[in-house]
Amino acid sequence: MIQYKTTSVWGPQGEQSMIRKSFLSLLGLISASTAQADWALNMPRGVTELSAETYDLHMMVFWWCVAIGVVVFGVMIISLIKHRKSTGAEPATFSHSTSAEVLWTAIPCVILLLMAVPAAETMIRLEDSRDPDVSIVVTGYQWKWHYKYQDEGVEFYSSLAKPSREARSKGAGIDPFTVENFLLDVDRPLVVPKGKKIRILLTSNDVNHAWWVPAFAIKRDAIPGLVNEAWFRAEETGTFRGQCAELCGKDHGYMPIVVEVVEPDAYQAWVETRNDSGAQVAQTETRP
Amino acid sequence: MTVAAAAAHDDHGPAKGIKRWLFTTNHKDIGTMYLIFSLIMFFAGGAMALIIRSELMNPGLQFVHPEFFNQMTTMHALIMVFGAVMPAFVGLANWMIPLMIGAPDMALPRMNNWSFWILPVAFGLLGSTLFMPGGAPASGWTMYPPLVLQTGDAFPFLIFSVHLMGLSSIMGAINIIVTILNMRAPDMWLLKMPMFVWTWLITAYLLIAVMPVLAGAVTMLLTDQFFGTSFFLAAGGGDPVMFQHIFWFFGHPEVYIMILPAFGVVSEIIPTFSRKPLFGHDSMVYAASCIAFLSFIVWAHHMFTVGMPLSGQLFFMFATMLIAVPTGVKIFNWIATMWRGAMTFETPMLFSLGFVFLFSIGGFSGLMLAIAPADIQYHDTYFVVAHFHYVLVPGSVFAIMAGAYFWLPKWTGHMYNEAAGKLHFWLSTIFVNLTFFPMHFLGLAGMPRRIPDYSTQFADFNWLASVGAIGFGLSQLVFVYVLVTAKKGATATDRVWEAPRGLEWTVPSPAPYHTFDTPPVKRVHEEAFE
Repeated sequence: MIQYKTTSVWGPQGEQSMIRKSFLSLLGLISASTAQADWALNMPRGVTELSAETYDLHMMVFWWCVAIGVVVFGVMIISLIKHRKSTGAEPATFSHSTSAEVLWTAIPCVILLLMAVPAAETMIRLEDSRDPDVSIVVTGYQWKWHYKYQDEGVEFYSSLAKPSREARSKGAGIDPFTVENFLLDVDRPLVVPKGKKIRILLTSNDVNHAWWVPAFAIKRDAIPGLVNEAWFRAEETGTFRGQCAELCGKDHGYMPIVVEVVEPDAYQAWVETRNDSGAQVAQTETRP
Repeated sequence: MTVAAAAAHDDHGPAKGIKRWLFTTNHKDIGTMYLIFSLIMFFAGGAMALIIRSELMNPGLQFVHPEFFNQMTTMHALIMVFGAVMPAFVGLANWMIPLMIGAPDMALPRMNNWSFWILPVAFGLLGSTLFMPGGAPASGWTMYPPLVLQTGDAFPFLIFSVHLMGLSSIMGAINIIVTILNMRAPDMWLLKMPMFVWTWLITAYLLIAVMPVLAGAVTMLLTDQFFGTSFFLAAGGGDPVMFQHIFWFFGHPEVYIMILPAFGVVSEIIPTFSRKPLFGHDSMVYAASCIAFLSFIVWAHHMFTVGMPLSGQLFFMFATMLIAVPTGVKIFNWIATMWRGAMTFETPMLFSLGFVFLFSIGGFSGLMLAIAPADIQYHDTYFVVAHFHYVLVPGSVFAIMAGAYFWLPKWTGHMYNEAAGKLHFWLSTIFVNLTFFPMHFLGLAGMPRRIPDYSTQFADFNWLASVGAIGFGLSQLVFVYVLVTAKKGATATDRVWEAPRGLEWTVPSPAPYHTFDTPPVKRVHEEAFE
């Protein structure tokens, strides 16, 4: 179940962006489907305990829906086949049944209860951002992110990487399929240690944004004047990608999020390198 | 007999020329104008949808700039919600409610005229913003501040057009309530009313309750922008999230405003073509009322990511899940109506069956979205886009189409082209699924909504959805063909269908300009009462 690492946007990406070349022909569609990169059907399971729980909840409700759908649509299809005038069916005259109404009110209530309990349990865990190991203030800007490690003295802006920036505009003449991680790469990713509780403190400098990394099952709005909290504990190293998820103006589609999860030692080393030139980094690497 | 009297009374028929339409107080004329207006808006909003889908067909920007793309998503939503779906249901209500309850007209005919003629003005204002410096509104139909305050010259036009739309809706709703409560045939007590009348009565109360809330919210935006207030500006001590609470307090009942009349239409059609009375009429009424009540206490499920307290999130999750119960009751009752009936599959029935199937799929994704932790993943992705288009297109729009085919012979006096109607249904059904089903996968795979361009792994399903959208758009031209040729078919009988129920089938086809000048009496129209 860690397929997501190579098959979806969230994990490290490699060749798959370029696999799909000829998509206008049916042949192209079929060959693309074998590559697995495209035609992704389901939510990624993610790399945190809570993203896996969220995935399980999603699948549980999905299978309930399938089961209910099979029964309801099944009865309807049987009726559509059997009870048609052309087969000589005579219409019955019944028009109500209190016991039926009670039954099909009560059964859904029970099913809902079965869904509600685990959903509430997960929700409670999602909201528990106490005792973090690392706290990072994330500020949304039109149209880039700013990260500030609260205790490490590291801060920097993170905006769309240059190859995507060059290819994104209308009439750029660059085939998006030739750009690695088109629209999902940044100049400076967020770096966090594996296995540590990371608390994200979200706010915004201008309009509402939303910080979303699906592999961590985190999506939280960044709102000017408010500070929102979210947390995750990544259990695997790797590169995880996300995007702004709240309409924030014309370049809403161009402010991706990239998080590098590294071993704690590597993280410590990274913090030290950033610290030395910290002030300088924060100032000079800002891009309009 | 009353009908004969009505025919003799036709001495002052409609006025001639444009004056007939400008000054009319006749519920049938006003209903027709609403329906035509909504069809025009449906094509205008559809054209914008096709601009969106053309741009999203392939990764990279091909046709429009991101600014214009955002204008299109915003205008498409505003036009479809306020210009196409809502006026279509008001048009059906205008035409059919007086006929169904045996009333000579709507209770407040001059207000009726006004509530229609406000709409072209409102959409004239809104449409004119496309040609203004800064372009049309581009902050989404949800108009969240602070982004909406960055709108250019279009801003006050947006606010005032929303005010006008609200005014029109409120007046229409008052008219419908007064008509239903005061002008029913003597023997038609409330629980005898047809389901379409019932669902509209409930919808009208929802409209009166929430349209002023929307008007208040946008007025606060207006004063924040021009008069120095800070309702929603954090810098002045305001709260941007408060707007979202107020907006969705309107917005959630609004989605039931767009689906309850659809339930009503389908509840008229399925019994007719199953040749069996509607199953559980009274429980359908209670279910619709229950949905309306719940719609007021679930608004914040649109806001699971804004950072509410845990208890708030849990409350809104549980309340939202509860909506599945009365909605399920409705679906089960429709199926019980079909069960052991003798069904035939004319176009209105096909659209109604399509409605039951595909609306249910939208209901299932709605249930998934209610689960708050999962919603955090789904929120603002194409999964949500798929969900609400499933309940609005093969939901509301299919029901409107079903109603149009169902009552068209009563309006025109001729049978429409059945083969073309069926073609319209099958093309619409195939393409609507091709358009919106892949969006579920896109959303789950992580594509946010309202983005003009996307990473390459989303390309395949986007291409498929775009093909579907173009197909769906073209399929609607078949409907135009049906309307243009509507009067060329065989003459319709008064009853039109084999086994319809309701007073509207006791008047001639086409319905005379004035009907039910004297109220119908139960012993005359025994069979029309359920």
